[in-house]
Amino acid sequence: MPRGEAAVGRVMAQVAMVMNLDKCIGCHTCSVTCKQTWTNRAGVEYAWFNNVETKPGVGYPRRYEDQEQWKGGWMLDGRGRLVLRSGGRLKRLLSLFSNPDLPAIEDYYEPVTYDYDTLVSAPAGQDIPVARPRSVLTGKPTAITWGANWEDGLGGAPENAGGDPNLTGEWAEKVRFEFEQTFLFHLPRLCEHCLNPACVSACPSGALYKRVEDGIVLVDQDRCRGWRMCVTACPYKKVYVNHATGKAEKCTFCFPRIEAGQPTVCSETCVGRLRYLGLLLYDADRVGEAAATADEQDLLDAQRDVFLDPHDPEVIAAARRSGIPEDWLDAARRSPVYALVSRYRVALPLHPEYRTLPMVWYVPPLSPVLDAVTGAGGNQDDPDHVFAAVTRLRIPLEYLAELFTAGDTEAVAGVLMKLTALRSYMRERTLGEDGDETALQAVGLTPREAEDLHRLLAVAKYADRYVVPAAHKEDAAALGALENRCPVESHGDLPADRAGKANKKVMLGFPALRRTSSGGTE
Amino acid sequence: MSASGADLLLWVAFPYVCLAVFVVGHVWRYRHDQFGWTTHTSQLLEHRWLRWGSPLFHLGAFMVIAGHVVGLAVPASWTEAAGISENAYHTTAVWAGSVAGLAMVTGLGMLCARRLLTRRIRLGTDRSDKVLFPLLTATVLLGITATAAHNVFGAGYDYRTTVSVWFRGIFVLQPKPEAIAGAPLLFQLHALTACLLFAAWPFTRLVHVWSAPVGYLARPYLVYRRRAEGNTRVLSPTRPAR
Repeated sequence: MPRGEAAVGRVMAQVAMVMNLDKCIGCHTCSVTCKQTWTNRAGVEYAWFNNVETKPGVGYPRRYEDQEQWKGGWMLDGRGRLVLRSGGRLKRLLSLFSNPDLPAIEDYYEPVTYDYDTLVSAPAGQDIPVARPRSVLTGKPTAITWGANWEDGLGGAPENAGGDPNLTGEWAEKVRFEFEQTFLFHLPRLCEHCLNPACVSACPSGALYKRVEDGIVLVDQDRCRGWRMCVTACPYKKVYVNHATGKAEKCTFCFPRIEAGQPTVCSETCVGRLRYLGLLLYDADRVGEAAATADEQDLLDAQRDVFLDPHDPEVIAAARRSGIPEDWLDAARRSPVYALVSRYRVALPLHPEYRTLPMVWYVPPLSPVLDAVTGAGGNQDDPDHVFAAVTRLRIPLEYLAELFTAGDTEAVAGVLMKLTALRSYMRERTLGEDGDETALQAVGLTPREAEDLHRLLAVAKYADRYVVPAAHKEDAAALGALENRCPVESHGDLPADRAGKANKKVMLGFPALRRTSSGGTE
Repeated sequence: MSASGADLLLWVAFPYVCLAVFVVGHVWRYRHDQFGWTTHTSQLLEHRWLRWGSPLFHLGAFMVIAGHVVGLAVPASWTEAAGISENAYHTTAVWAGSVAGLAMVTGLGMLCARRLLTRRIRLGTDRSDKVLFPLLTATVLLGITATAAHNVFGAGYDYRTTVSVWFRGIFVLQPKPEAIAGAPLLFQLHALTACLLFAAWPFTRLVHVWSAPVGYLARPYLVYRRRAEGNTRVLSPTRPAR
C-alpha cells in the first residue's frame, strides 16, 4: 500500500465487516436473529440494531440520510476544521433540556404486538378469530401504518421512494418518472463502529467509547445518563433510546461472540452468505487527518490510506510495539475484509461524506446495471455490453455513487467493471475455456487474483468469510463481571437463576414490564 | 422564646432526618444503582410539549435555586454591608423571583400535563415519578403562592429575618426552631415540603442533577477504553477543532 514517506504511527486493530450486496435477497434473517438476541425487550421494541432496507427508499428511521434535517455526523466548518454537524460542545449542553434534532417514535414506527390470546380464548363462533395489532406503547388497538422496511421490494415506492434523500438532482427526476424501468436492491445496515465515531464524540457523559483492542463502539450502561445526544450525532441513526430504561443502546457487534472468536449473530445466520468479518489494522494517529479531508470524494481514498498492510514488515514491527498479539497479526494477514477493502478494492464505505470513517463496507451490487443491460436488449454475459452499460446507464450508477462514494461515479464504475470482468472470466473458466485475460487486465487483475477473489466472493466458504481471532483473556481480568450478564438488560428480564443477584440491585426507577401475555397493558 | 415540642419535631428533628436520608440515600444509590441513574428521557415518545416545557422548567429552576441560595444562605447583614439596601434587595428578589417562579411553574405544568395526557408517557411513569411529580409541584406551588400572597400582593414579609435564620441554623448545627415557628403558614408548608423533596431526591430521577456533564466541555472528543479496564483511559488526544 502506498504510504509515502510517513512513518507508521500507533497501530490499532479493528474487527470490521464487508457485505456483498449482490447476494442480499432481503430475507431479513439477520434482522430477526439480531432482534431475538439483543432487542426483544421492553423499551427497544422499535429498535433494530440490524435492519435491512430497500433502496431506493426512505430508510429507517425515515429519511435518516438527510443530514440537513437530522444533523448527524461531522462536517468541515468555514476554516476547514472538523466539527460535529449538530453543533459544538456548548451548544450541545444547552440543548440537553430538549434536543431539537432527535427523531421521534413516529420517525421510526409505532411498535405493535398482536392479541394472540384471542386465537385460543375466543368463544366458538362462525368466524375464525384473528389476532389484532395492539400498540406496545399505549396498549390500544392500532392500525399498522409504517415499519422498519415499509417499502419492502419497492412496495409503495411511487409514494415513498421519491423521499429517498439520495435522490437529488436532475438524474433523480428520471428515477422518479421511470419507475417501470426501475431497479432495487437491499441494504442491510448495522452500527458502523466508525474510526471517528460522532456518537462517542457527542456523548456528554463519556459513556460511549471505542474499544482499544477490537474497535467495537459500546455504550457503558452504568455511565449513560440519558442525555440522548448520541442519537442525533450518529448519521446512520444506529444509536437508540431505550424508553423504558432511559438509556442509549446500540449494536454491540455481538462482542461476547467476537471475543470468543465467533462471527456476529447477523453474520452467522446470513442465509445469502454475504457477510465477511476480519481484522483491519489502521494508523490511529491519522484518523483525524483523514476525516478532515477537504474534498468529500477524496474521503474514500483517505480512509483506505489509514488502513495498514499487515504484510508490510514495518507495519508488523509497529503493530508489535503497539501491543497487538501475534495471532491477531496472523489473522490480519488472512483477513477477508482487508482483501476486499484494500487489496482488491471492491468494497466501499456507506456514506463516506459523513466523515465518521465507517467500518462496515459494501461490495456494490451489479444487479441494477445487469437488469438495465437486459432491459436495453443487451447480453449481460458479454463484458463489452456490461462495460458500456456501466458507463452509459447513469441512473443506477449515480445512485450507487450517492450511497458509497459521495457522488464519485468513477469509483463505483471501477468496482462494477472489476466485478463484471471477474464474472465473465470465471464464467469462461468454469465452462472449460481458457478465459479472456484482456478484460481482467483492463481492471488490473491477474488470473491468479481473479481466482482468489472469485473464491472469496462466489464460493465464500465459512472459514474464508469469518476470520475472527479470539480475545486475549489474560489481559482482561475485569471481563468476568460483564460476561455473566447481558449489558443492556433491564431488571424485568432477569432469568430466574440470577434473581438472587438481582435482588441486591436497587429496583427504583425501573418501569415494570407493561405488556401482559394477552397484549393488554394494565 | 423557647420552642415547643411540636416545633422541635417539625423544625429540628424532621429536617435533620430528611437531610440524613438525602445524604445516605445518595451514597447508597450511587454505589448500588448506576444503571438506574439517568434523566429517564421521554423525548422519544413526546416532543412537542417537552420542547417548551423542559427548557422553561429547567432554566426557571436554575434561577429559583440561585435565588434561594442568595435569600437563605446569605444573611441580610452581608448584603447590607455590600451596600444593597433592604428595599433594593426586596424589589429585585420579588421581580426576579416572580419571573423565575412563573417560568418554572409553567414549565412544570407542561411537563406534568404531557405526563398525564400522553398515554405512552403515563404508562411509562414509574413509582418514583408518582412521588416526585406531586411533591415537586406542591413545593413549587407553595413557594410561589407564599411569595405572591405576602410579597407581591401582600404587605411584604421579610423571610430573611425568620426562615433564613432557621435555614442557616440547621447547617451550622445550631438549630433555631423558634425563628420559623412564627412564620406565615405558606412559608412553613413550603419549607416542610421542600424537606420532603430533599428526602425523596436520591430515590428519584432528580439524581441526574449531580451528573450535569460540565466535564464534557474539556474532554477530548474521542473516548477509547480498554476491554480490561473499568475506567476510561483516553489514549488518543485527537482533538478535532471544537
